[in-house]
Amino acid sequence: MARYESLIHALGDTPLVGLPSFSPAPHVRLWAKLEDRNPTGSIKDRPALRMIEQAEADGRLTPGCTILEPTSGNTGISLAMAAKLKGYEIVCVMPENTSAERRQLLEMYGASIIFSPAAGGSNQAVATAKEIAAQHPDWVMLYQYGNPGNALAHYEGTGPEILRDMPTITHFVAGLGTTGTLVGTGRYLREHKPDCQIIAAEPRYGELVYGLRNIAEGFVPELYDPDVLTGRYSVGAYDALRRTRQLVEQEGIFAGISSGAILHAALGQAEKAAGGGDEADIVMVVCDGGWKYLSTGAYTGTLEEAAEALEGQLWA
Amino acid sequence: MSATVSIPTILRTHTGGEKQVKAEGSTLQEVITDLEANHPGIKDRLVTDGALHRFVNVYVNDEDVRFAGGLDAQVPDGGTVTILPAVAGGAR
Repeated sequence: MARYESLIHALGDTPLVGLPSFSPAPHVRLWAKLEDRNPTGSIKDRPALRMIEQAEADGRLTPGCTILEPTSGNTGISLAMAAKLKGYEIVCVMPENTSAERRQLLEMYGASIIFSPAAGGSNQAVATAKEIAAQHPDWVMLYQYGNPGNALAHYEGTGPEILRDMPTITHFVAGLGTTGTLVGTGRYLREHKPDCQIIAAEPRYGELVYGLRNIAEGFVPELYDPDVLTGRYSVGAYDALRRTRQLVEQEGIFAGISSGAILHAALGQAEKAAGGGDEADIVMVVCDGGWKYLSTGAYTGTLEEAAEALEGQLWA
Repeated sequence: MSATVSIPTILRTHTGGEKQVKAEGSTLQEVITDLEANHPGIKDRLVTDGALHRFVNVYVNDEDVRFAGGLDAQVPDGGTVTILPAVAGGAR
């Protein structure tokens, strides 16, 4: 049955596709969960809609409310679409160094944008949003970095779908940002398969993003639960880009750059598994398609040129 | 055992502005001790009460040390040690 009441209802139940060309040995297989097959094209549709529904159920969100959120892209786009359909206003706080497509999409969905300085990346967007929330107590900040609904969306959706489609899963690899995907999906998977490895791929940006004035300005999402993870790897722009291009060249999957970072970490796990004798089914997330990143130069020119173009940007 | 350590902007006051320095040690603890010997004051920015500061992330060959033994994480000869402040990062 592929008929739904409206776009919001056509959420999740995304395809899991094999990546045969990336398999390093017959007993090691990689699989990609295509989260671009969601209402606004990213995995963020899951936590965004869950957080809104929770807020409505709690009475925090009522018709005519304004939603406020620190987001440089996908979550804002997801929230903006849902806000439009449900009749809310939305204000997004985002760093000024994010791709043009993100801004365009947000504005198309009717969101207002407040820009925060590029230096310090999303830390500054979060801090700015918290200040604005204090000034507008009637606005509703869903706060994806700490809202349990974020992780719950994955605990209740992404995780069960994966286990249903890949009962032999041995590794789950996803990006680490709000940490919702890894904590929610990871918790579910480890409850049902305690030996399943939960691997985080963390994007490593250029210096500008880490330009805090002091360590005290650091930030760890309130959702983060390191006990759920079994490994965490830092992936730079060059490797992320290299893998993103390989993904489309070898498997025809046109994905965003974070998916390349995730593939890089997944391949690292695949190499380890290939050296051992045990069967491995490694499930990785494709968070979104490559459309929003075309203007960054990620898919054209040499890898070196593309990596340099991403230097000051929040590419994932 | 020699490692190449990447220093984030906010800690370069200790390294005379250098963004990459060499350090000796076969565990992260030893590397930090060697860093402190050559760049006094840096250890206190990294370690609080015998553990890595909450807002400091350290990666040995790109793996977060908190999943590889923490301060006892092995540092291979010729390995990389990357120090970064915890940031909310990118495009969510």
